[in-house]
Amino acid sequence: MSTTTGFAEEATTSPTSPIVHLDDVGKSYGNVHALRGVTLAVRQGEITCVLGDNGAGKSTLIKIIAGLHEHTDGVLSVNGEERRFSSPRESLDSGIATVYQDLALAPLMSVWRNFFLGNEITKALGTMDATKMKRIAHEELTKMGISIPNLEQPVGMLSGGQRQCIAIARAIYFGAKVLILDEPTAALGVKQSGVVLKYIVKARDAGLGVVFITHNPHHAYLVGNHFVVLKLGRVSLDTHRADISLEQLTNEMAGGSELEALSHELRGVDPELVVERVEGNGQVAVESPLDKGAG
Amino acid sequence: MASTLTAPPTVDDRVSSRSLGARLLSRPEVGSLVGAVVVLVFFLIVAPPFRELATTGTILYQSALIGVMAVPVALLMIGGEFDLSAGVAVTTAGLTAGLFSYQFSTNVWVGVAVSLVVMICIGAFNGWLLMRTGLPSFLVTLGTFFILQGLNLGVTRVLSGTVSSNSISDMDGFSSAQAVFASEFKLGPLNVKILVVWWIVFVALGTWVLLKTKVGNWIFAVGGDAAAARAVGVPVKRVKIGLFITVGVFAWFSGMHLLFNQAVVQSGEGVGKEFIYIIAAVVGGCLLTGGYGSVVGSAIGALIFGMTQLGVVYAGWNADWFKAFLGVMLLLATIVNLAVKRRADLR
Repeated sequence: MSTTTGFAEEATTSPTSPIVHLDDVGKSYGNVHALRGVTLAVRQGEITCVLGDNGAGKSTLIKIIAGLHEHTDGVLSVNGEERRFSSPRESLDSGIATVYQDLALAPLMSVWRNFFLGNEITKALGTMDATKMKRIAHEELTKMGISIPNLEQPVGMLSGGQRQCIAIARAIYFGAKVLILDEPTAALGVKQSGVVLKYIVKARDAGLGVVFITHNPHHAYLVGNHFVVLKLGRVSLDTHRADISLEQLTNEMAGGSELEALSHELRGVDPELVVERVEGNGQVAVESPLDKGAG
Repeated sequence: MASTLTAPPTVDDRVSSRSLGARLLSRPEVGSLVGAVVVLVFFLIVAPPFRELATTGTILYQSALIGVMAVPVALLMIGGEFDLSAGVAVTTAGLTAGLFSYQFSTNVWVGVAVSLVVMICIGAFNGWLLMRTGLPSFLVTLGTFFILQGLNLGVTRVLSGTVSSNSISDMDGFSSAQAVFASEFKLGPLNVKILVVWWIVFVALGTWVLLKTKVGNWIFAVGGDAAAARAVGVPVKRVKIGLFITVGVFAWFSGMHLLFNQAVVQSGEGVGKEFIYIIAAVVGGCLLTGGYGSVVGSAIGALIFGMTQLGVVYAGWNADWFKAFLGVMLLLATIVNLAVKRRADLR
């Protein structure tokens, strides 16, 4: 808890003042407190990693910043000004772009239509300038190193990594100052995750403040400047990269003592054991050390 | 075993560019076009009067009666919603204009304007209630369907004492309104109803909005993934309410045709038409789940309907067979649609 208040003080005195600042923010759904007393600062050119297990409140936190849910307690300020977002549009207009887990891409629509969705370039009478939009989409995607030969292809036919990159490229192109990434690597393979992490660093180098939400401490430690660990809707750790090692982060993230207990429990399991099927009745004939323990 | 390494290509070559033919085949309306050609050839063979040029005008008119409403219904379906009240709403529009003009002895154009306002309100109410409650549009518009059906019969009975509105054929402005909504003209050997012209204009307009404008992009998005659309700043509620209002406005137009074609409107009319509109849209390639479809397709769907309806008569068969025949045609068209789309996607 002391780290939290320490960071809050530092946030107000630091030379690079935070673009987005959350002070003691909470969200309750009736009697369910999904998030309590969260303090967080997002600065330009920094990657803030928010870690936590499933149900720790990560999604609720980003939904507040992205304008999908209003917070019920505390203060959310953007550029030092107190804000309360009632729609994603307001959040977008303040320069906060969110790339969701489900990517916010319409699967049946083509790549270029998705790229410009909500920000269409129009000529007279609300007509879209399709040629210009296709050209820009192609340029921006090439800049990010993504090659999509046919921009008319429906987004649903692309791979997860490609879709992720389209969503990130879109957010950067539309002048986001803060980029929120909700578990961008969760559903990706090793190589694709690497590509996405590279784009996250590119976004940081472009001067954006990045909030990287993940439950993978390895991915977070590869790129993060600052780490916030959520547990049961509260901040359980808040620290700079300099003050923590990957082991400590993993340990903290996995719940420290809980992991200890789990590894103790799993110690009895023989990982080399191969289970064999007995032909005929289909019964599994094996003596598991776990069964022994339980019995 | 030696492994060979090849330099990775700089350009992703897994997706080869598709031929023009394949791209055309992946358009949503292609399946319905194949279906329409099959129906056309079939009736050209079995129904001799079908081959006469003069009947073309009649077939087009029959199709336009459905086609005009299929335009907004297709747009609404692409936007991810249904409107079951669309059929009876047409009758409501006609009755409102007819009864208002007659009861208040106004110029018929006043009734026409009042009717437009009422229809916009009905559309807005449908959309607003849907957005407000989050109920499925099937339920909300089923409610409106029954309300309008009841009001059509009840109010007409109270005001005119019969099951139809009073004739307004001798009232001020009738002939000018008829010229706009329900006239016909000669084009060579063809008698063309003005509704057919309007239909073509509406299909062109709807296609332009859907494919070329920002709003069209939003319609695809709210139907394809409403949450995603909202997250990138598309005003989902406004788009959907706007689509319901569009259905209302088109119902008004169709109602005006009904009124000025006959000078009276039967209050029980329109029940069951909503399904025909939906079917025309689905045959034309609209997905029932939204996010995909075409306005041109809905026009082809309406054309299949018109050809079948008249083809059965021209072939000298009892009209009782029409519905069964129609059902078979629709199933076939939809299956062809699906098959063509699958094959096109694989190319």
